[in-house]
Amino acid sequence: MVGTQPLIWRRIPERYRLHGSKCLTCNAEFFPQRQFCPNCRRKGKLVKEHMPMDGTIYSYTYVHSAPEGFEYHVPYFMAIIELKNGVRLMSQLADSEPESVKINASVRMVFRRVHESEAEEAIAYGYKFKVVD
Amino acid sequence: MTVGIIGYGTSIPKLRIKVEEIASVWGKNAERVSSGLGIKEKAVASFDEDSATLAVESARVAIQSAGIRAQDIGAIFVGSESKPYAVKPTAAIVAEAVAAVPDLTAADFEFACKAGTTAIQCCMGLSASQYIQYGLAIGSDTAQGRPNDALEFSAGSGAAAFVIGTEKPIAEIEATFSYTTDTPDFWRRQHAEFPRHAGRFTAGPAYFKHTLGAANGLMNKLGTQPKDYAFAVFHQPNGKFPYRAASILGFEKEKIESGLLTPMIGNTYSAATLIGLSAVLDIAKPGDRILVTSYGSGAGSDAFSITVTKEITKKARRQPVPVWEQINNKKYVPYAIYAKHRKKLKGM
Repeated sequence: MVGTQPLIWRRIPERYRLHGSKCLTCNAEFFPQRQFCPNCRRKGKLVKEHMPMDGTIYSYTYVHSAPEGFEYHVPYFMAIIELKNGVRLMSQLADSEPESVKINASVRMVFRRVHESEAEEAIAYGYKFKVVD
Repeated sequence: MTVGIIGYGTSIPKLRIKVEEIASVWGKNAERVSSGLGIKEKAVASFDEDSATLAVESARVAIQSAGIRAQDIGAIFVGSESKPYAVKPTAAIVAEAVAAVPDLTAADFEFACKAGTTAIQCCMGLSASQYIQYGLAIGSDTAQGRPNDALEFSAGSGAAAFVIGTEKPIAEIEATFSYTTDTPDFWRRQHAEFPRHAGRFTAGPAYFKHTLGAANGLMNKLGTQPKDYAFAVFHQPNGKFPYRAASILGFEKEKIESGLLTPMIGNTYSAATLIGLSAVLDIAKPGDRILVTSYGSGAGSDAFSITVTKEITKKARRQPVPVWEQINNKKYVPYAIYAKHRKKLKGM
């Protein structure tokens, strides 16, 4: 759908390079970006912050029944990743064998095609994570 | 002003398919095909990889090994013949992903398998003339071959990126020399899914004429001889042509083996020569001289004379995961899974 292009474009900083936020008042970091610090409220001052590209698997699930647009990906892992700064995010895992996907396994961000609805539509690129030794 | 390689990085997909697996599908003699091409297996991009994602992965490593800020990159050029978009620059995707935007120029280059080395030449000119501080030159391809064509056995996937500049290079580029003619040995017409090639015509009047023309032209220009070089890297459409080119020029075969990777990952097109150079930089010592000669059908060759500096021995100036380690990190897939990943099945 052509209508999704503004949404894809707006998310480029977070999807391409893990652009999040940091509150200069309490030093808390957030992903995705926030406009408002939930800890400091009106006293908070949020600035853009690159998240670390390394982390560990906090939890995961193995997807066999995929939503529309991901039918060819099955089976695949979805994981909650805990980045090195403690921030957690949800991501698909790439290049990761079932025997290597474990809680606390080390992972690193990779840049992949995330979604492509039709051959003539724009491609949505972004982050996935892969298990590293 | 001395210009050189500040950092480098490569990205090779994890999936592999063996030549014998492809041969079994088409009823061919696997041993004859493998020995005829000098290829055992090839790297296969997965369904969520393309020349843009591989370019980004290699670029991130190159910037890391260069130890520079991405914002100091003034130009990004991506050479590829398998762009994800017919019209929309891969270079802009790379620039966003490495956080080099917005103050830079960027463009995609196409010259069959040599667009990546042409990107290096452009970055050399811009940085030596101080129009930019650093340039990022990338060769990246997820090459396709028509099912049952000789190219299906050889067309691989991979990327290599080089940060080019004048400050503390790990290798100085002493000179470059190019050789170009209009030679229709390999092409893909507008909207065609697979390339066509002219069989044996791709050898003598194409690969060898241009590769030897550029390499000899460069050595004549510099007054050097094969004995002056510790390594030579040639474009590698198969595992045999580089040996023959080296033999004709007078290089011992040992000098090309460190940078000859097509037998294990296939022909990675725009990335092939550059991944070969990366493999040499992974092991080269200060003072080692490297002759690099690419070849792109259509046709042309770019040759470079490169001398490794002491900077390469400093901490973190080589890429963290060497090319051979990336090659050995692999997972074999059968033909059906390969066809799915490369979207060769009708209706996908």
